[in-house]
This record gives sequence, structure tokens and C-alpha cells, in this order.
Amino acid sequence: MAIDWNLYDPKGGFDELIHSPGTPRPPASNLTNWLRSLSEEEIQMRKLDAELAIIDKGVTFTVYSDGENIDRAWPFDIIPRVLSLSEWRGVEAGLKQRLKALNLFIDDLYLDQKVLDDGVVPKELIANSKGFRQECVGIRPAHGVWAHVCGSDLARDADGTLYVLEDNLRVPSGVSYMIENREVTKRILPELFENNTILPVDDYPDRLLEMLRSISPAPGPRHQVAVLTPGIYNSAYFEHAFLARGMGAQLVEGADLRVDSDDCVYMKTIQGMTRVDVIYRRVDDLFLDPEVFNPHSLLGVPGLMRAWRKGKVALANAPGCGVADDKVIYSYVPDIIRYYLGEEPLLPNVPTYRCYDQEDRDRVLACLETMVVKPANESGGYGMLVGPQSTAREREEFARLLRANPRNYIGQPALRLSTAPTLCDGSLEPRHLDLRPFILQGRDIHVTAGGLTRVAMKRGSLVVNSSQGGGSKDTWVVDCENA
Amino acid sequence: MLSRVAERIYWLARYLERTENMARLVNTYHFLLLDLPRGAQVGWKTLPIITGGQEIFAEHYLRHDERNTVKFLLADAFNPGSLANSIAWARENCRTSREELPGQAWEQINELHLFVTHQVMDALARRGRFDFLTGVIHSCQQLTGLLHGVMSRGHAYEFVSLGRYLERADMTSRVIDIGTQTHPLSYRSQEEAANIDVHVWTSILRALNAYQMYRKDRRLAVNDADVAAYLLHDGNFPRSIRHCLDQVEVCFGNLPLRGNMLKRSRVARQDLDQIKPAELDGAALHQRLDTLQMGISEIHDGIRETWFTG
Repeated sequence: MAIDWNLYDPKGGFDELIHSPGTPRPPASNLTNWLRSLSEEEIQMRKLDAELAIIDKGVTFTVYSDGENIDRAWPFDIIPRVLSLSEWRGVEAGLKQRLKALNLFIDDLYLDQKVLDDGVVPKELIANSKGFRQECVGIRPAHGVWAHVCGSDLARDADGTLYVLEDNLRVPSGVSYMIENREVTKRILPELFENNTILPVDDYPDRLLEMLRSISPAPGPRHQVAVLTPGIYNSAYFEHAFLARGMGAQLVEGADLRVDSDDCVYMKTIQGMTRVDVIYRRVDDLFLDPEVFNPHSLLGVPGLMRAWRKGKVALANAPGCGVADDKVIYSYVPDIIRYYLGEEPLLPNVPTYRCYDQEDRDRVLACLETMVVKPANESGGYGMLVGPQSTAREREEFARLLRANPRNYIGQPALRLSTAPTLCDGSLEPRHLDLRPFILQGRDIHVTAGGLTRVAMKRGSLVVNSSQGGGSKDTWVVDCENA
Repeated sequence: MLSRVAERIYWLARYLERTENMARLVNTYHFLLLDLPRGAQVGWKTLPIITGGQEIFAEHYLRHDERNTVKFLLADAFNPGSLANSIAWARENCRTSREELPGQAWEQINELHLFVTHQVMDALARRGRFDFLTGVIHSCQQLTGLLHGVMSRGHAYEFVSLGRYLERADMTSRVIDIGTQTHPLSYRSQEEAANIDVHVWTSILRALNAYQMYRKDRRLAVNDADVAAYLLHDGNFPRSIRHCLDQVEVCFGNLPLRGNMLKRSRVARQDLDQIKPAELDGAALHQRLDTLQMGISEIHDGIRETWFTG
């Protein structure tokens, strides 16, 4: 039995591929038509091919469970998610606008704090911010850019609007999986690339290297770039190694680096100490330099902040940029864009209630079962309440947490996330998904073509995080005009 | 190359070599004991001694019987030198140096590690032992061949060679030592003692895969002094200590910032040259082998200081 799109029903929600039973959206029509030409066995074969390819290539992520680290094969659904180029051009412009404004905001916070004096963002929010680093005040990173790599999560609501859910500015991960997903799709569905103009994504390591070189303090054309990883037990180690290899950069751990009396950073090689110009760090701020932050950190490098402050090394992302990766600050991003750029935001925020505000808090508490409540400073989908799928007991617990620490929570009306057809037990069913594009800013600014689509594999579930049973899809930006 | 990565590659090669050597040693010993008359002095007790684990062994076991010893050498987690630990450490070191190694190396080490984890208990009974150990030996040889056939001859490869040859030199010296540990004094007759001696030295050759090469090269009956001399000095045989130390020197010559490492390896070479088994009794040979092992361990310290930690 081949696929019958008449039987696939997104049930009134927004589906990325299918407009209504039997009618695909135009950019996806080549894909859906072709899928219909395959028998069920063929689809199963391709699915198995994909699983084998992922194991062969060793694409894994690490989960910490029962006191042990387990490398799991990356979960991947073979049916791509499709976006049209014309829609994407708008999203791209919106993401660039957003990151530019966020960087101006962070730069201002660590220099003059005009934005606070002008009352655009309340002073006490910064005073109470977990991400603000006093140690960074007065530092001027190259091009005024602090957040060099940003992963913004986008989600589409039932009416088709794409919203920004959050901006991950600290050490966003997932980009290697975006590239690997495409590699796997090219292996298992090569026919589709003949009749579709699909924007390539594998230039990312080059773009990343170009960005990192653009912030290097070294004058010459040669720059030593290193990726700083917390090590093999970090859940994103695969990605750290992937990016280092892709850029031809060194993959270093804290213990490989040393800051000398000349305040320069060196790495220990078998040929002696070699100067490092740019560090793409995938270690959290607080572990970067035991002389300045957590004194017990073994992951960091003593003196690294000193070297950075003196301009002897570039750090991406800059320490302290996490101040803008705060879900309360998030609610001010539209104002921040207007304030710094004098433009209207191109991409909307999800309406957000700030729980430190009495009125907003009461509203959130009054309708918890329709809200998503998120802590201001967590990532990975931890510590949040998804109202429509919660029990009365969980809601009570959250109400208590929220009252105890209102600054730490925001509430948002739960979106009805869009879906895409996903292979589940041999048939296609709608599953909810989001999208994480990656934005690079150094001298120039660049957005990936598409991004990483994460999909909740359980029926009805809205949680897409891979640490919590989420899967992923290849994401196509299709140029329909030049097909 | 980062010093840390170089160190991991070096240890990866050492642990891989150690895994293979341990499998070979237990396998040969198993067959040796089957051949010896009941009540012969040669026993399982020797293996924890020559692999340097007798103290840990004594902490955990009272009896030096076959099951305890084989379990200790192959499976026990508390024995840092057990085969299961060696392959686990080889895997750990490979995990963190994958960028420098061929992709298949990781997959094969992973497979071998899984095989050992799941099957090692089968080797405790005599019946499953041979299959398990030959399986391990074949996988190790496959990996060695892979690294040899696929890796560019750059710094990473030099550290693979260093680890392999230093570990091998050490193991060869320990295996020769089996011959000095088994004094055939308490046997009923000279004849029986000599007979056992032949079995023991034949096994030593087999443990190092040297039996056939020795026969072709020397065309002599197996005798203790000749076998020992062959394994110590024959530079053409790839498991002889001479060959191993020669290779170590070649590696030093290809590495940057080598400091006085060539001098250090020369010292061990001189110790080696002065060992003349025909002129030594068992105890004296044991002494000289001990000194040689110390020399090898000094080369290791030198490598660490020169390229890894210094």
C-alpha cells in the first residue's frame, strides 16, 4: 500500500507539507508526489538505510542516565520538512535584525547602559539577572559583537504565523545535526534532489570559520582557531568534534591551554607552545576561568578572562552575552529592536507574561492549563510546565514555584505547534515540530538556510528536545521559482 | 598535534598491544599446562607474577588455581592489567582522539570492546577459552593492520608506533621471564627436567608467535639460551626486543623537540646488548631482564616528559 495523502489529516492544525487532506502545499508538492510513488516496503527500506547511515557515520548524542553516559544514535525521521524560499527570505531578514539588535543591547549593557537609563528595559531586571557578568563591564569585543553564534527557536502556530520562542545565545547546539541530517537525506533520497532546488547547508563550517577569523586579534592572514570543549562527557561532544574537524581547527580542552605572563593564550602541542588567536568556546561562562568565576572549575583556563580583556584572544561567544538569553529579557526584544534600529520587528514574539509583574502573574496563575510556564534561565526543555498537558498536581507545584520566585518565570499562551507528516510504525502521522536556525555575526552576518527541525515523536506531544525523546528532520528551503 | 591527543594515541596503541599480548599469553599457557606432567612445578601462579599483578592477586584470591588466575588476567575489573580493562582503556583513548585516527578504527575498537564485554566469561571455562582468545587476537591484528595500512606517516602514526613497540618490548621481556621462573629443580630426573624445559621454551616462542620464525632461522632444537637470545637480539623478528627498540629509535628520529630521547633509548639498547643468555643461569637472566624492564619504563617516562606533560 502506497501513501494515500487523502487519509493524512492534520485535523485543523497547521501542517508544513499538507494544506488539507489530499492537497499538498506548493513547495512540498514534488516531495509528496514522489513519496506517493513509493511502496510501503520501499519507504521502510529507506528508513532502515537512514538508520544504518547514522550508525555508520557515528552520529550520536550523549544522554546522562542512571549515573552513566550513553551515546545514542541520533533520532531522525526521513520525511523532510519543507519551507519556501520566499517565506524564508523574510525569516532570514527577521533573524538578522534580531541578532543585530541583541548585540547592540548587550554591548550597551556592558558600556553605558543607555537602554536602562531611557527606561526601555527596567534596571532591576539586569541587577537580578543570572547572566549579567560584572567582570565584563567596559570590555569592547571586535565589531561590538558579543553573541557570535545564536540559535533561535521558531515555532508556527495554527494560523501559520512563525513566532520566535527563544534566542539561545550562550552555547547553542544542534548545527552539526542539521548538516548530518542533510547528508543522510542525500544518501537515502537522492532522486528528490534532481527535481528540486534545495538550498545547501553544508557551508556552515566555512561560514563559522570565516566569522571566527573576522574577530581575530592577530594581524596576519593566519589565525589559529580552537574549539574549546568541556570534554568527552558533554552531551554535545559529537558536535564539538564535528565543527573542529569541519574547520580544520584544534579541538582543545581547558587543560591543553595556558595563559602566559604575556597574557597570550597558548596550547600545548608536541612541537611546543603554540599561540591561539580565537577560541570558539563551548564551555559555560562560569567555568571559563577559575581565576574569575567558579574557582573549582577544571574545564576552564586560569587567566583566560585576562587575556580576553587585554584583546590577546577572541572568545566566541563572549562571556556575559547570556544576559540577553533570559526569557524575561526576551519579552523586551521587540522594544529593543525598535530602540536600537528604529525598525518594527519583522518576526513576532510569542505574547509573554512576566511573572514579576503582579497583573501578569495573576493572569498566568488564573489560566495555568492553557499556558506554557518557563523558567527564565534554563535550556533543554527542563523545568517547564506545558499547561494543556499537565496534571492538576503539577499545576499546583508550579503555582507555588512561581509565587516563590516570580522573577524567574514567564508564562506564554500555549501555541498549537504546526505539524509535519512523520513516519510512525509504518504510516504517516502528523507530529508537532519547531525549527532552530543558526545565525552567525562577526564582521558580517549570516543565517543558515533553514535550520534544525526538531519533532516530538509522541502523538500530541509538544516537547521536541532530543534529551526528552524528540526526533529531527532534514529541513529544506526550496526555491520554487527556479525549479 | 596537541600533546593530550598525542598521549591518548600513544596509550591507545599500548593498550591495544597489551590486549593482544594478554590473549596470546593466556592462550599459550593454557596449552602448555595441558602438555606438562601432573605435579610439575610450572603453574598458573607464574602469570600474575610476570604481568606484575601478584600483589593485587593476593589481595583478592587465596588459591592460585586456573579459574582464579584466568579470571584475574582476563576479566577482573580490579586488575588494572586485565584484558577487559586494557580494551576498555584502548576504547576510551580512541574516543578522545578520533580526529587523528581512521574512522573505521573507532568502529572496530568499539566492536572488540563489545565482544570482550559480552563474551569474556566464556573464557573462564576451558571449553570456550580458545575461541574467545583467538577472536581477540584476530581483531587486534586487524586493527594493527588498519592503522598500518591507512594512517598517513605523520606525527600521529609515530605515536601509534611508539606505544606499540614499547609495550611489545616490555611484554617480550616478561614472557622470556617465564623461562627463568620455572626452575626444574625438584623433578624426579634430569631427563624429566630437560623435557619440561623444552615444553616451556616452546611455549614462550608460541606466546610471541615466534615458533615458526625461530625454526626457520635457527634450524636448531629448542633450547633455553638460544630461544632467549633469539627473542632478545634478533632484529629481524618483529617481536624481539631488539627490533622493538630499533623502531622506537626510528620514531624518535621522526619527532620534533626530541631532546635527549635518543640517548635514553641508547642506554636501554646497551643493557640489551650485554645480555648473553648462554652465559647466565636463570636467576642471573631474571636480574638482567628486570634491569631491561626498568630501562623500558625510563624510556616511557622520557616520552611523557618530552611530549606530553613537559
